[in-house]
Formats: sequence, C-alpha cells, structure tokens
Amino acid sequence: MPDPMKIRANLVGDSTEVKVLMSHEMDTGLAKDSSGKVIPAWFIQKVTVLHNDQQVLYAQWGTAVSKNPFMSFKFKGGAKGDKVTITWVDNHNETRTDSAVVG
Amino acid sequence: MIPRISGTRLAGIAVLLAGAAAILYGCAGTPAEDNSASVEAQTIAMMKESFKAHGQAGLDRLDQDDTQRLCSKYSTTPPPAAVAKKIEGENLAKVRYPADGKLMGDWKKGEKIAQLGRGMQFSDDPAKPAGANCYACHQLAPKELSYGTMGPSLYQFGKKRGYTEENRRYVWAKVYDAEAFSACTNMPRFGEHHILTDEQIRDVVALLMDPESPVNR
Amino acid sequence: MPRKLRSIPGAAAALALAVITVTLPIVSVPAAAQESVEKAIEQYRQDLQGGNPAELWEARGEEIWNTPRGPKHASFKSCDLGLGPGIVKGAYAQLPRYFPDAGRVLDLESRLVWCMVNQQGLTHAEATKVTFGKGSRKRSDLEALTAYVVAQSDGTKMNVSLADPHVRDMYEIGEKMFFYRAGTHDFACATCHGSDGKRIRLQDLPNLTKKADAQRAYTSWPAYRVSQGEVRTFQWRLHDCLRQQRFPDLIYGSDASIALTTYLAARANGAAYAGPGMKR
Repeated sequence: MPDPMKIRANLVGDSTEVKVLMSHEMDTGLAKDSSGKVIPAWFIQKVTVLHNDQQVLYAQWGTAVSKNPFMSFKFKGGAKGDKVTITWVDNHNETRTDSAVVG
Repeated sequence: MIPRISGTRLAGIAVLLAGAAAILYGCAGTPAEDNSASVEAQTIAMMKESFKAHGQAGLDRLDQDDTQRLCSKYSTTPPPAAVAKKIEGENLAKVRYPADGKLMGDWKKGEKIAQLGRGMQFSDDPAKPAGANCYACHQLAPKELSYGTMGPSLYQFGKKRGYTEENRRYVWAKVYDAEAFSACTNMPRFGEHHILTDEQIRDVVALLMDPESPVNR
Repeated sequence: MPRKLRSIPGAAAALALAVITVTLPIVSVPAAAQESVEKAIEQYRQDLQGGNPAELWEARGEEIWNTPRGPKHASFKSCDLGLGPGIVKGAYAQLPRYFPDAGRVLDLESRLVWCMVNQQGLTHAEATKVTFGKGSRKRSDLEALTAYVVAQSDGTKMNVSLADPHVRDMYEIGEKMFFYRAGTHDFACATCHGSDGKRIRLQDLPNLTKKADAQRAYTSWPAYRVSQGEVRTFQWRLHDCLRQQRFPDLIYGSDASIALTTYLAARANGAAYAGPGMKR
C-alpha cells in the first residue's frame, strides 16, 4: 500500500492553489543497484485531480519527474470547504487517492 | 558505552589536586593543561568504544602519531615555532625519494589521480588504487572549474617556479609528506601514509612540473 | 538539476487555468554548470515552499509515534524526550540532555532507540536494524520518527543546557573530538570546518568554530537530501563526515557520536531551529 500524499489546497484570490507531495521512487529504469543490476522503471504515469466531482487536471508523467514528486497548480474558482481529490496510478498499476478540503 | 563518564568531574578534580601538588614541587603543567590532558584521555577512550572496524578502516586509524597529536592542539592557531620545527624535522626525515631517482611520470595519469576522490574510506574497494583528489582543495588545470579553495591555486605552478630538478624534488617531497614543509597543514601525507604509490606520485609531479601539462599551458 | 516544467494540461477542464510546477530529478551536471548549483537548489527550495518532501517522513513518523508496537505494545506516547512522556513540541531544541533513567546523555536518535528497547521491548538490534534508509524497499523508522519530532521544534530557539555536569563533560569531549586529527589523511572535523570562506570542489564549508556558521549548520539538520531522495539525520551527517575523514565506522548512537552532537548543538544555542531542512 503506497504512502499517503500530502495535499494543501488554499483559496488565493479567485483561484484555488493546490500543492501536493507524493511518495514514490520514480525509478527511471536507467540506474543500477550496488550489484550492477538495472533497477527497472517504476514511476507514476497518470495523475488526476478532481474539484468536488469535476476533473480539473489530468497529467501523464514519465521518468523525468523526480523521486517523491511535488506538484503545485492553480485552478479558477473553488470555495472554502470544497474538496480536492488527487489520484495517481503508476506503471505497476498501483494507485493512491487522497483528498483535502480547500482552506 | 563508557560508564566512567559520570565520574569525570571527580576525576578532573583529582587531577587538579595532583597538578597543584606537583606545582609545589615545581615540575608540572598548569591545572588547565592537566584538565585538558584528562579530557583528551577520555576522548580517546570514548572514541575507541564508539567506532567499529569496517572494510579497510580498522580501529588503529584512531591512533595518532606525533604529528597528529601535536597538530590536534593547533587547529585554529599555528603551532609555536619550536613545535613547528620539531614536526617539520621529523617529517622531512621520513621523505623517501624513488630508488631509481625518476621523479616525473605521465601528467595525463596525474590529472586522473588529481580528479579521483575515492580511496582509503571504509566504503572503498582497497583493491582499487586511491586518488589524491587534488581538485578538492586546489585549482590546477584551468578547464576544471569545480575546484576547492582549502589550498592555494597551483595553476601554472611549474611555469612560475621553474622546471628545475630542485623544484621537482620539492614537489615530490611535498606530495609525499606535506608536514615536512608546513607544520599542521591540512594537506594529507600521500606517500608517508601509503595513499599513493611512487608511480602515482611521479604522475602528480608531472601534472605540476611537465611543461606540456595543462596546469602549465 | 532541478528545473521547472511549465505546461498547460491538455485535458484540463476549461475553467481550470493551470500553471503546473513539477519537481524534476537532480542529475550530474557538467563542471561548467556547477557554479549555479547553489542557486538552482535555492530555486528548488522556493518552488517547494511548504512542500519539503521531508513532510512525507514527518507524516510516517507521526503514525509510528502514535502506534503501539513491540512485544510490550507500547507507543511513543510514553517516551520522554526530556519535557515529559509523549511531549514532542520543542523537545528537539533542548537535546542532547542527561536522562537519569538511562544514566547517559542522549541525543534524539539514541533516546528513540532507548524508548524502543526499554518501553516497547525491542532488542537493540531490532531497533537499529535500519538506521539510514534506502528507498521504499528499505525504510528507516528512525528517520521518519526523527523527521516528525524535529519538525515540532521548528522556530524554537536552540537551548542545550550545559548546567548538568554530564552534559558539560560530553561537550568538552565533543570539542576535543572535533579537533582530533587521525587516520590516513590526518583529518579532523576542523580540517574542513575550521576556517572561513573555504570550499571543497564547489561545496561551501561552514566554519563550525564560528557561532553564526555553527548555528546555521546545526539548525538546518536533519534534512531532505535531494540527491539521495531521503531524509538524513544528524547521526547520518556525522557518520558520513567521519567516513570521508577516513575514520572507522561511527556506531549509531555511540557516546562519541553524542559527544560531538552535544558540542555542535550547544554551539547553536540561541538560534531558532529551522528543520527539517533541504540540502543538495
């Protein structure tokens, strides 16, 4: 079971600013371990963000994103108390979904 | 773990009293020096309990020679002239020149040795040759921008000093045992401590003293 | 090198104006580009404002702190870091300190081990099985717990008391150790950290014999090491410095490690603790 994300969502003017930290190895498939064996690629492929029930962001990621990724973005609208729900799916089909309330 | 620690203060007082008694007989250091010696003894005992041997780094690495012991006292201030003279004399006596008298090797190999930071750490493979990591502290060839400033720039060393036999002997000896020339320097003693082989020192001498070396171009 | 990736997500809904910032990995950079590494790290820190990945460790540490564990099914709520059982807020800023129940001066990490052994019933070997983690396959509870505890001292002034003679003894021994030259390279801590404005390669070195540098350095550890993708603790910092000093292997939580920590922590007294930090 993957670790929880750390999500912050705050109203700034007329936009909602979302900052999220994800816990993931994001192995590129290019690195080798200490015995010289290639560490297979293992990375988050899809990220979806819902504002309440409406999708506001969909991203496809590759191996160029860092370990333990941090993503921040803004979307127009939103109100205090709204829910922001983030889901990632990696190339092993592991997934994690977490939510935060807009503050 | 060192159970003795909680009794340190008492021990310190005992040493102070002993020191005071000794002064009456006119033959001891100051109480402050005695206390320092007591802390030093505790420090060494504690370190021996707090490290474990790992790979090529045994606990004997914690044992100090004369130079190390004296220089531990003069880390932020230079040692007094008499101490400096003693250290430099002792180390100069340890410098060994190569049996065949050949001081210059291949500057290209010297450059690789100057770049390589690996060697002598418990995490290093002792079968692989150690580097000198000269660039960690010195500027050398100008194309390498990632150089440290712990030591002076050696850019154009040979060109400025002159390509003489005397200077080549000086560079050999300085790399072999830097303490022979400036007591309590931060520079390791690469020959004296068998970090580099004779052949490697030759290559480093060439890096500094060969007119074709990028250091002198 | 960290860079910003700015793009408009194609699939975002029309009302979603998005400027996305995503962290990219640090890769080795050619020498000529390294001049800007410090600046790039600073930019990375700014990009991650409020988003130091150490927070992921803090969250995991908090969960471990509150979960009963070991043969005795005890949580860390009974663990006294010096301010009373279970009290975490501000505790790190006063460590190391003397713990009468242990009969030793302990730093945070050795105190956590003490609680695991004496309150939770783990063996010392179990408690210290993974001190320094490596990825999600080999994680260290101690790193997570440490990240959680130190974060509760963020903004608290460092205040390591030397009034207790046990602590003062450790301070004096730590000081001696700081200047102790030995090993194949004749290095002491002071060799690299005893003068102003020096650097190794392009890495600036704090002069830990100066108050301001000592304060800045100590209060920024433990830290998320970007190049390793891990939170590293102060025990790790000392262990890896001494490895590069060509010393043998510093035992985790050993008296010498605590003595050195006591010396460096007390020298930071008066400065506001500001961790977990973020380092290259």
